[in-house]
Amino acid sequence: MRGEQVSKIVIKHVFKIFGARPDAALAMIQQGQSKDQVLAATGCVVGVNDLSLSIGAGEIFVIMGLSGSGKSTLVRHFNRLIDPTSGEILVDGEDILRYDREALRNFRRRKISMVFQSFGLLPHKSVLDNVAYGLKVRGESKAVCQERALHWITTVGLKGYEKSYPHQLSGGMRQRVGLARALAADTDIILMDEAFSALDPLIRADMQEQLLGLQQSLHKTIVFITHDLDEAVRIGNRIAILKDGQLIQVGTPKEILHQPADEYVDRFVQRRVANV
Amino acid sequence: MFPERFTFSIADWVNAWVDNLVTNYGDVFRQISDTLLWAIVNLEGLLRATPWWLMLALVGGIAWHATRRWVPTLVIVGLLFLVGAVGLWDKLMQTLALMLVATLISVLIGIPLGILSARSDRLRAVLMPLLDIMQTMPSFVYLIPVLMLFGLGKVPAIFATVIYAAPPLIRLTDLGIRQVDREVMEAINAFGANRWQQLFGVQLPLALPSIMAGVNQTTMMALSMVVIASMIGARGLGEDVLVGIQTLNVGRGLEAGLAIVILAVVIDRITQAYGRSRHQASQ
Repeated sequence: MRGEQVSKIVIKHVFKIFGARPDAALAMIQQGQSKDQVLAATGCVVGVNDLSLSIGAGEIFVIMGLSGSGKSTLVRHFNRLIDPTSGEILVDGEDILRYDREALRNFRRRKISMVFQSFGLLPHKSVLDNVAYGLKVRGESKAVCQERALHWITTVGLKGYEKSYPHQLSGGMRQRVGLARALAADTDIILMDEAFSALDPLIRADMQEQLLGLQQSLHKTIVFITHDLDEAVRIGNRIAILKDGQLIQVGTPKEILHQPADEYVDRFVQRRVANV
Repeated sequence: MFPERFTFSIADWVNAWVDNLVTNYGDVFRQISDTLLWAIVNLEGLLRATPWWLMLALVGGIAWHATRRWVPTLVIVGLLFLVGAVGLWDKLMQTLALMLVATLISVLIGIPLGILSARSDRLRAVLMPLLDIMQTMPSFVYLIPVLMLFGLGKVPAIFATVIYAAPPLIRLTDLGIRQVDREVMEAINAFGANRWQQLFGVQLPLALPSIMAGVNQTTMMALSMVVIASMIGARGLGEDVLVGIQTLNVGRGLEAGLAIVILAVVIDRITQAYGRSRHQASQ
């Protein structure tokens, strides 16, 4: 295990309520009522429930849970694609919830990038333009865009496909474009929302391998979302397990496998053992 | 019989309102009218002064640029030649000028409104019923006040055409932008694209097929207004249809009618071809 590093992302008591009456729902959930009770009383859905976490610089931090556990909602708080109903989010010690629109845009352009489950590529742009998108948006010169984009296209193994369009590529290749786009933006933090979940098993293993290889030289802070414990154990330095928007356990893969905090975590672990 | 005490009429109130508009703001409308008239007269003059062969060559060039195929291009040029051959070239140009101006105004109004409506659900909720009214209200109803405000001739014809023809463009622009993949929007947002970059870099290009379908619909509907426009004094092909009706000259009416159809086909093929974006065409 790595030593205690500097915290890159810290979130404190974050709640996210979806629905028309978030204040009422927030009050109820803070009094200790359950998610179902809140839904019945206010019609609001609790997405994230009193979650506090600290993610270290340079680690691959995996957030795991079943669908509906709030993991994709949570990761969108880190770049404020979703704003919390209550709580604090600090990145490099700065409270990103205080950012105005301009500061937020700058933060997204320079500090944090994202890879999406169904890729989120621009269908009308070539691979090169897709990879260069983050650079172009923040106003880099054409030459820089071209040079950086080509470098990362080569790194992820897509050399020769610069002029292709996304619809001409296979799923695995599309996600390599997505990964190259995030890497080209050259941000400290990369969020990966079920980035490999849509790929078939062999390609998925390849991509995991590639990500680990890249990380050895890049030392980015990577927040990786998955519903697959195998994947989590394989690539994660630390794993957080979510259920119903609440944090159940955080620990190294070893800790999760050998000292599951409760029955829910244990069921994940048992399934994995059964698979092996 | 419907009981008398429940009846009321808005006719007097509307009449008073329109009268008031005419007396107090007549000058303003006159000015708008003159500007528009100037634009359309010049465009018409230009189109009619252009030699027929040059016109055919231009249309042929545009058609080839749009479709990249020889057969449709030749058919389009051939059909237009046919219109000239039956002696309707001048009227065709007059109708074309009217239609181009009406379409241009519809685009200038329709696309921005469509963009705004895609952005705001509240605006959309107000706009959509209004568009329904614009499309279903019999055109003669608004022709009367338009005539009172702008006088006889081309200008009221253009206004009536725009009222009828702009709604599909607004709807389809709105639809096209709303249909842009949510994850694509999320992705460009996550990379810090500002509104301008979102709109011009992603939303409009991806909505282009839908917007072009809207432009196509707008031109088609503008053409369907040609005969009605001729009733309030706009010249062109509609005039010949009208004269055909009035003098029971079926042949003359049919010739002009077919010329309108040909103009519709030509514009339809060209706008549709532009609606298919390049990489879709290569798929």
